Amino acid sequence: MRHILSILVENEAGALSRISGLFSARGYNIESLTVAPTEDPTMSRMTIVTVGSEDVVEQITKQLNKLVEVVKVVDLTEGNHIERELMLVKVRASGKDRDEMKRLADIFRGRILDVTDKSYTIELTGTGSKLDAFIQSIEPGVILETVRTGASGIGRGERILRV
Amino acid sequence: MQLTGAEIVIRCLQEEGVEYVFGYPGGAVLNIYDALFQQEAVKHVLVRHEQGALHAADGYSRSSHKTGVALVTSGPGVTNAVTGIATAYMDSIPMVVLTGQVPTHAIGQDAFQECDTVGITRPCVKHNFLVKDVKDLAVTIKKAFYLAASGRPGPVLVDIPKDVTQATTEFSYPKTVSLRSYNPVTKGHAGQIKKAVQLLLDAKRPMVYAGGGVVLNNASAQLTRLVRLLGFPCTNTLMGLGSFPGTDPQFTGMLGMHGTYESNMAMQNCDVLIAIGARFDDRVIGNPEHFFRTDRKIIHIDIDPSSISKRVKVDIPIVGYVADVLDEMLKLIESSPQRPDPVALKAWWADIKEWQRKDCLKYDTKSALIKPQFVIQKLYELTKGDAFITSDVGQHQMWAAQYYKFDKPRRWINSGGLGTMGFGLPAAMGVQMVNPGATVACVTGEASIQMCIQELSTCKQYHLPIKVVNLNNRYMGMVRQWQQFFYGNRYAESYMDALPDFVKLAESYGHVGMKIEKPGDVEGALKEAFKQTERLVFMDFITDQTENVFPMVPGGKGLTEMILAEEL
Repeated sequence: MRHILSILVENEAGALSRISGLFSARGYNIESLTVAPTEDPTMSRMTIVTVGSEDVVEQITKQLNKLVEVVKVVDLTEGNHIERELMLVKVRASGKDRDEMKRLADIFRGRILDVTDKSYTIELTGTGSKLDAFIQSIEPGVILETVRTGASGIGRGERILRV
Repeated sequence: MQLTGAEIVIRCLQEEGVEYVFGYPGGAVLNIYDALFQQEAVKHVLVRHEQGALHAADGYSRSSHKTGVALVTSGPGVTNAVTGIATAYMDSIPMVVLTGQVPTHAIGQDAFQECDTVGITRPCVKHNFLVKDVKDLAVTIKKAFYLAASGRPGPVLVDIPKDVTQATTEFSYPKTVSLRSYNPVTKGHAGQIKKAVQLLLDAKRPMVYAGGGVVLNNASAQLTRLVRLLGFPCTNTLMGLGSFPGTDPQFTGMLGMHGTYESNMAMQNCDVLIAIGARFDDRVIGNPEHFFRTDRKIIHIDIDPSSISKRVKVDIPIVGYVADVLDEMLKLIESSPQRPDPVALKAWWADIKEWQRKDCLKYDTKSALIKPQFVIQKLYELTKGDAFITSDVGQHQMWAAQYYKFDKPRRWINSGGLGTMGFGLPAAMGVQMVNPGATVACVTGEASIQMCIQELSTCKQYHLPIKVVNLNNRYMGMVRQWQQFFYGNRYAESYMDALPDFVKLAESYGHVGMKIEKPGDVEGALKEAFKQTERLVFMDFITDQTENVFPMVPGGKGLTEMILAEEL
């Protein structure tokens, strides 16, 4: 089962490697990991997408909490939440493909950020599955390059993660 | 007052009341050593290899409940120390490890004796720090001592670049320190404790399973009261020996891979199991699937939430300090009119007595060769069960655990989690330092002792009258045992040829050496050795090479699928 863990962590050198090291040392999966400072610059917020049974995710949460620099851990998938990921994709856009790519970007509410006579660079935001769907709707040969941020998540409504 | 970083390090140690630092100098820590030289409050013990420094600080801590302190230089000083750090980490021993580092401007430049200390030690410390600014030094050391000893204890490392030890700043040592990201739960949940007590009072076939957490949290008195009040049987893990008196009739012996038949049978067949400061290790409950073939309710008290339901699902988890939780439980039981069903308990004890009739620790007492078990029994009798016993790792460790009955906690000092050969002798140094005048014996084997034998020199320098009990069977005995049982008697590289003459070796280090080859000489030799209260005596007992440790639960098997001596 897929879980999204939100982690508040001290914004200190080495905190990221402590967390990633924990996952590799104990054999846990990381599907994606994103991290950046919060509105309080002494603290970073990390979103880790992982896959594991309930028991494994319980252990992951406990082990994360045990790290001295980890302030708080929440499993967002335990309740209502919003999940977003950003993707930049550079596609071939020449001849008949050029109009088709523009239409497709519109359908997925993407924005074209950069244009050359042969290519578009499209920005797309959404859940991971939406981004997957966009990629699947394009012929593989047309994609020149993709870069994805991995998921960021936040609880809905009154679910708030802070110190 | 303006002080250099090096002076600050020493001042912090003084403020923490540190008596001994175990260490080895080198380029990156020269300033710290210079500051150490110019004062007398903190004494330094010079080891012969950094691994020895860590084990000595570890033994010091285990036998005293104080935080052990080690000091080593950068690069190889650190890498040599890693085994000792990992040993302490696996057994949750509070230690502060101070390491030198190349100057901050040289970090990352592949400088001489540089290594990524924080990176190398990250997976085997409770936490570690790199101090880049002398202004952060005092508060970081304070944090290190606080982290090491609170919650689930463990080693904390502080890496200090050389220029930081040279720089000066105003010194002030914080009285307390708190970290917003570190708040261990120390008080058990009242509702859970109440539920647990009810379960215990309703139990028909109860079992108490206590581990190293009881020793670490100084909760032996509470455990002993609880077990006696309820009349339940009690077993100890390898790490927990001494937490409940080994001579008490309610004690069923150690459990696990080399535990007693009665303890393992009771673990499997009980209806209520209370695990106290123990973690259902693979060497303790064997195959978890087999363990769950019989139904039982489990209460688990531990300071570390991640130890709960890790290998075994439990019914009533209680996170908190063992001593506090047991205090609460005792209060509830003492004020309750209910007592466990005496008829059921009598029947359960009858089962246990039946299992005890197997006499699973019996061995051939008529052999013409020295049986290692016999040596431990004599050691126990002659020291009246009151010595501090350190051990290395292997067969001798198991025999010491099985045949020496520990009535007090912190008397049995061994590397249970990591299983570090070479631990015994340097650990004994730390034990002897903090318990001057006490009888300290290191039970070891000819393979283990050679992994840190250089520390015999340290023992001479500091006049440590340790008694080394070397059970010499010319084999890595436990490896040989597994090869005999599971690898068709193919003894691949487990025989040790070209052993030194241990008597001469001990003598060349300035100690007393003895070689004992006949069972009839064992008692006399031990008596003679213990008479020499001022000298280290190295007793080389030439033992039966074919002796094995029984009972034995083979790896991957269920706890009750034991091989007993008589079955071979």
